[in-house]
Amino acid sequence: MKDILLSVEDVVKNYGDYTALDKVNISVPKSSIYGLLGPNGAGKTTLMRIINQITAPDQGRIVFHNELLNKKHIKDIGYLPEERGLYKKMKVGEQALYLAQLKGMPYKQAIEKLKFWFEKLEITHWWSKRVEELSKGMAQKIQFVVTVIHQPKLLIFDEPFSGFDPINAAIIREEILQLRENGTTIIFSTHRMESVEEICDHIALINNAKTILEGPIDKIKNDFQTETYEVVLSRGKLTGNNQFSIISENNNIYKIKLNTGCSSSHLLESITKEHEIISFKKDFPSVEDIFIKSINNE
Amino acid sequence: MNKIFLIIRREYLVRVKKKSFIVMTILAPILMVGLILAPVFLANQDQEKKLIAIVSDDEKFTDGIIDEELLHFTSIDQSESKNYKLNLSDSPYYALLEIEEDTISLYSFQQISITVRNSIENQIEKIIETDNLKQAGIDIEVIENAKTIINIETKIIDNEGLETSANTEASIGIGFLTGLLIYMFIFMYGTMVMRGVIEEKTNRIVEIIISSVKPFQLMMGKIIGIALVGLTQFILWIILTLLISTFAELFIISPQELTEATNTTNHSVLLSELNRLTGGINLLRIFVSFLFFFLFGYLMYSSLFAAVGSAVDAEADTQQFMLPITIPLILSFILIQPVMDNPDGALAFWLSIIPLTSPIIMMVRLPFGVELWELGLSMILLVIGFITTTYLAAKIYRTGILMYGKKISYKELWKWLSYKG
Repeated sequence: MKDILLSVEDVVKNYGDYTALDKVNISVPKSSIYGLLGPNGAGKTTLMRIINQITAPDQGRIVFHNELLNKKHIKDIGYLPEERGLYKKMKVGEQALYLAQLKGMPYKQAIEKLKFWFEKLEITHWWSKRVEELSKGMAQKIQFVVTVIHQPKLLIFDEPFSGFDPINAAIIREEILQLRENGTTIIFSTHRMESVEEICDHIALINNAKTILEGPIDKIKNDFQTETYEVVLSRGKLTGNNQFSIISENNNIYKIKLNTGCSSSHLLESITKEHEIISFKKDFPSVEDIFIKSINNE
Repeated sequence: MNKIFLIIRREYLVRVKKKSFIVMTILAPILMVGLILAPVFLANQDQEKKLIAIVSDDEKFTDGIIDEELLHFTSIDQSESKNYKLNLSDSPYYALLEIEEDTISLYSFQQISITVRNSIENQIEKIIETDNLKQAGIDIEVIENAKTIINIETKIIDNEGLETSANTEASIGIGFLTGLLIYMFIFMYGTMVMRGVIEEKTNRIVEIIISSVKPFQLMMGKIIGIALVGLTQFILWIILTLLISTFAELFIISPQELTEATNTTNHSVLLSELNRLTGGINLLRIFVSFLFFFLFGYLMYSSLFAAVGSAVDAEADTQQFMLPITIPLILSFILIQPVMDNPDGALAFWLSIIPLTSPIIMMVRLPFGVELWELGLSMILLVIGFITTTYLAAKIYRTGILMYGKKISYKELWKWLSYKG
């Protein structure tokens, strides 16, 4: 098993009568990109706030880097909240420096790192502009920089791509992937399932304050696969038999479901006997399908 | 601790660098000095003597009305007066005083000022009174001798029998001024704290910051930073006021005029006025207490202002929560007068002990003399009040700053008090 950087164990959080988290468990492996999914109001933000020590859990514990989570870990965690902004009247550089210092970076190091990131993202000329002069997308870039500036071991992004145009979103995605390459662990919450598919290797699904799914994305997909296949024939007509049944048909593209007890190699063999196959592939459910299915099953 | 210092520094610098702060800091002392010195200055400028012609057959008026500092009288006869009446604006006279058997009229081209009219009336009244007394056979000398002016010297004797002279007007002045300053400071800078909190909340920067520092640190950093802004402004006001008034005395008002106005030679007008009036009042105690009540009054209220700011999304929504904060403040302000009328009464005592009203009311009472144990008790209770309100406000604050787009009720606030960290 891979090293675990962060594990949340049986965490409960109540706000008065309202339960925001009910015995939530997740474990985030080192150097992974961990997708935290769930509908609005499921408790994702509360969980992220607890990991950031913005609020404390009522029960349960959080282990970070083999230690109980405590104040000294603040400098090891970077957080980009969903509801984010900057002081409008403050100058960009001044503000970035302030936020970096609040994370515990010494002045000199903060300046150096900021210069590095500003050059990397080609935003050096914004240094003495006021934030109110920047567009929303520009401000988001600054927020990204101040989140990663102190080289945290764990980065938490809540809807990182909202507000970015496609080009900037791509830049940020590249940066996230690169950070992972350099050993940073990333927790990543979003509603955009296609970005989960692209970059996450682990996911957890939270609904109604509970974790209902957790693990490596491949394994989860495998658990949710329904033995359906997509078959494309060059010509002819496919009819169901004792091995499979046809779910849908559209211009020689068939979705078929394997009957229980049958294997895919036998299926392929039996089809090729009578037809010419252009493509044959197993249909894995998309994360979106899994998401909707699990929540409807609740 | 390092982080709270960073926050204090930012809150302080951002505000001190603002144009509005700089303008206010420079303009206020100029206005203040202007208000104090303008009357002196103007009074000295308005020296033009006015000539008034008296038309009367009666010698007791033509001889009896005597010249005053700015009013000179000459007697003219009826025919002359008729000419002047046709063209008064070209005559050398400011006004024409016509005294007949039973009517007295004052003709002028411009409207006569009240002071001129009053002093003429006084002179004529006096002449007629004297005349009446003479006719009744009363010796005027007797009445003159019977007249007296008394001036009670108020003195305070302490337990050891030492007496000091006290000036009630000065006590009222100092009490009112210090109370008013605290009232204004709490309001001005308390709202500044509240606005700062709302700004952070609506900017959505607050969540970024509190992933680095505790909400309490952010709140206290802001409160202390703004307190320093207030102190800076206050100290600059004092320094600038003294500088400007010294400058103004030296260059605008000639030394001779100054001597006339104050009867001192080498003190500034403000300082000498202050010295003359405050003999017998323990200024050091008042100054130390002022700093104390100024600071802790502000600290106690500003945490409440911060809590209000955290509970709303926009400044327009603060109204409903502001009321319980502003009521004790405004009440103290309104009750300054009754407290001054009876500075040792039950009302004054209790209001100066209860933390929410004590910062203002204790300052009002102090110049009249307050027993040390009362002052001590009031101070201790204020510190306790500060700790309590800050503790409660911090609980509301840390929940409130993360609540967006929700209308908050008092019931909700009450619930927040029970939430765990």
